[in-house]
Amino acid sequence: MAIESDVLVVGGGLAGLTAALAAARSGGDVRLLSYKQSTLRSASGLVDILGYTPAGDGPLTDPYGAIPTLPETHPYRTVGVDTVREAMSLFDEAAPTYRGAHTDTNALVPTHGGTVKPTGRYPASASAGLASDGRDMLLVGLESMTDFDAPRAAAHLEAAGVPFDVRGVEIQFPGDLRADAKVTRYAKLLDTDGEVSVRGRERPAREALAARVAPHHEGEGRVGFPAVLGDDDPGGVRAALADHLGAAVFEVPMGPPSLPGLRLEDHLFAALDDAGVSIETGNPVTGFEGEDRVEQVFVDKNGAKIPNTAEQYVLATGGLVGKGIDSDREAVHEPIFDCHVAHASDRYEWFDGDVFGDHPFARFGVDTDHHLRPLAADGDVEFENLRAAGAVLGGYDFAAEKSGSGVSIATGYQAGHTAAQEAS
Amino acid sequence: MASAPHIVVIGGGSTGVGIARDLSMRGLDVTLLEQGNLTHGTTGRMHGLLHSGGRYAVADQASATECIEENRVLRDIASHCVEMTGGLFVKRPEDTEEYFERKLEGCRECSIPAEVVSREEARAMEPHLAKDIDRAISVPDGAVDPFRLVVANAASAQEHGARIETHSTVTDLLVEAGEVVGVEVEHDSGSGKRVHGTAGARERIRADHVVNATGAWAGRLGEMAGVDIEVRPSKGVMTIMNVRQVDTVINRCRPKGDADIVVPHETTAILGTTDEEVDDPADYPEKQWEVDLMIDSLSELVPVLAEARTIRSFWGVRPLYEPPEVGSDDPTDITRDYFLLDHDERDALPGMTSIVGGKFTTYRMMGEEISDHICAKFGIEADCQTAEVPLPGSEEFSVLRDYMDEFGLRSPIGRRSVERLGSRAETVLQTDEPNPTVCNCEAVTRAEVQDAIEGSGSDLNAVRIRTRASMGNCQGGLCSHRLANELHGNYDEATTRAAWDELLQERWKGQRHALWGEQLSQAMLNYALHATTQNRDNDPADGDPVEFAAFDSGDPTVGRSDGHDVAADGGCRDGD
Repeated sequence: MAIESDVLVVGGGLAGLTAALAAARSGGDVRLLSYKQSTLRSASGLVDILGYTPAGDGPLTDPYGAIPTLPETHPYRTVGVDTVREAMSLFDEAAPTYRGAHTDTNALVPTHGGTVKPTGRYPASASAGLASDGRDMLLVGLESMTDFDAPRAAAHLEAAGVPFDVRGVEIQFPGDLRADAKVTRYAKLLDTDGEVSVRGRERPAREALAARVAPHHEGEGRVGFPAVLGDDDPGGVRAALADHLGAAVFEVPMGPPSLPGLRLEDHLFAALDDAGVSIETGNPVTGFEGEDRVEQVFVDKNGAKIPNTAEQYVLATGGLVGKGIDSDREAVHEPIFDCHVAHASDRYEWFDGDVFGDHPFARFGVDTDHHLRPLAADGDVEFENLRAAGAVLGGYDFAAEKSGSGVSIATGYQAGHTAAQEAS
Repeated sequence: MASAPHIVVIGGGSTGVGIARDLSMRGLDVTLLEQGNLTHGTTGRMHGLLHSGGRYAVADQASATECIEENRVLRDIASHCVEMTGGLFVKRPEDTEEYFERKLEGCRECSIPAEVVSREEARAMEPHLAKDIDRAISVPDGAVDPFRLVVANAASAQEHGARIETHSTVTDLLVEAGEVVGVEVEHDSGSGKRVHGTAGARERIRADHVVNATGAWAGRLGEMAGVDIEVRPSKGVMTIMNVRQVDTVINRCRPKGDADIVVPHETTAILGTTDEEVDDPADYPEKQWEVDLMIDSLSELVPVLAEARTIRSFWGVRPLYEPPEVGSDDPTDITRDYFLLDHDERDALPGMTSIVGGKFTTYRMMGEEISDHICAKFGIEADCQTAEVPLPGSEEFSVLRDYMDEFGLRSPIGRRSVERLGSRAETVLQTDEPNPTVCNCEAVTRAEVQDAIEGSGSDLNAVRIRTRASMGNCQGGLCSHRLANELHGNYDEATTRAAWDELLQERWKGQRHALWGEQLSQAMLNYALHATTQNRDNDPADGDPVEFAAFDSGDPTVGRSDGHDVAADGGCRDGD
């Protein structure tokens, strides 16, 4: 007998998690299938709403104000600005450690490359680092961490015109971590405040780290570190360091593997557990049955085809990065339901010649009706009970716009909420 | 004339650095000028085949014989640049028996060790070969890293007193009384190592003789002095796979044609190539069909290539030359042999010699011949040493391989570092500082990157060709900013930012030809990492000033610290 639910969400990234949560909050019996590690661990953990217009204007101060000016095909226009606000409220509730909900205005957050980027929500760990905060800043880099060079980042922030003084220093992380230690290794050591050996003496890691920084600290009101400050107890790690240093402590978000992204993923999975969502991870959806409606999907489990049925389905498998959109030399396609993906037939028209040019591939994805149901090439709804959310949607370039998280949350919310209502 | 004649060598490809090394080892005073990075032209755009000569054994036996001789020399003097993979000429059922026999015979006539290998034996060596191949001929083909080889030649020339100038374009030849007496050169960023943002400079360099080793660009140099050099530039595509599908060079055993070779190179395999004459060696179309042809044709030999991931494609331009009276229509008919053009004898223009044609494998022999010629002109008796004296990095290399775990690096990283650095490994990798990996795909550590920066200035593309950093699967997606970080300390922030952008743009150039499947997914990830996470596409440091006061400065309901009540701000106890 097939595994049954009211709403079945395929995909465990930000869009899928939001869809499942929204569906469960709307009273649905919800099941979530997640195959691979979600792209959250590659993302910085910042939750962007909209930082730039498609024409490149920005950084925008008010993302909501700009939404009505977007092209009609943009997913934000599909769901509308009120839905974006409702969705962000759901996110704020599910991720209580995030900040930024007190205002509609974007924040500018330092990047590990040393510039600033606009974002709508930021983890509490990054909140003391905002670039519109006038306090002077000391950035601390770890000599063996090649992703973040604090003196270079400081000089780069200065070039970006930040309204405060900023310096960068490099220190060696106390203890005997090898040069290629993973970020989780640093984080665990700080979580547990484990003993590290400093000049033959054992000292707790947090105190030892602060002691390495202290001689360089010249009274700046805030001290920033690469995002390695704890996994299970980041608040405790920051508080301890802040206490030792007598300054606010923050993290600079980093690239993959991203601890803030992983922490967000943990929060959202916990929220799904609380909401009673049934979650299966590690196995791919490889096929489906149905004509005008999706009747069931098949999960491949060690070669066995396990049917899963539901009233309503949400496709949240991601874009090109998450492989929710795939391609070969001839064509671009959506691999599970074979939903139509518009693209030029000549693959040399998929990209621009400039590295940051206007890339058509960045907007690859399914087009939908106003209920987020994917449309076939002829404009008809592909399946009456299938909705798409997140990066599998076409028509927007999340990287240039800095809109990825917001679109995932808004469309995930809308798809999950509507699916649950339809199913009941 | 000073104590030794001063020779200006134009062209920083394999031929130019080969000549510069040879002449400087013989005691001549040498200046080498290259318009881009070392290997900027054809040398940096080849498939990395160390020819056994097998490819020319039927149609061009003079070239074949030179190849096998030089193949043996390079294994010796450039061991850290060469991987002796061996090669196979594979016959499919539709390829003729007659050609197979002629190939075998030709190899033997040219003293190229060649053995017939059965289908079973060939497939045991290379399991990805097609099931229906007939048989193969094994030959001593190899893989060679052209970047490493050229950098090592340049380093050796420098050790012998040569001046090496990259990013220095010759804008005119100085001709006085019907004789070439020097060059006018424009340095991109002042003389010496390239540093972004420093002002350029013009310089007139007087020379006792000028050597034109500019390959496909030789005609341009000729024009400056009013002589015709009929180089016939011919482009070829090469497509890089993300892994080595084969560990042996795989050639198709049929008369010359397109898409007939796979060369394993470091972590990749390179598919080649085409042969099509172009008008301008710096500006020619790069087409989709050429990439598709590589994949479609070569998957007849190695079927997994049809579904494999390619990481980029690039084109190179062969500097083919034939005396004008030969008049071949088809570039594939033009000899791969090289020609020394003494413009005094040929055009009554003393003071300059050009070297044209030839191929990478015989670069050293070309250098020797032209050096002999120049020494004879000046009545200098000095023996060529380049066939015996190992290049920097290749001295006692076999001994060093045994010590590769000594540098505190995980063994795969240590192994790859030592393979690249050869006998220089100890000098480069011994450090008291932390030595983290900067490029994970190619296992390049900070110490190696710093060594390259010392050698090449702020130019990250020059660092790339020396180390292979950013040349792996992710094509710089994860390490471009790290490489920019490594520049800081030596160079200011604006310089590092310019170098970073230049690297991103260069990496994009070749990836565009591989944008489908896995690599399109990778490209989108890279775009997201650079644009979303780093805002590299809209960096206020590069653009208009931002009004910081108009943005969120933090949540007023969360306590603002004055340095004391910090836990509430810097460390919210509710975690994160």
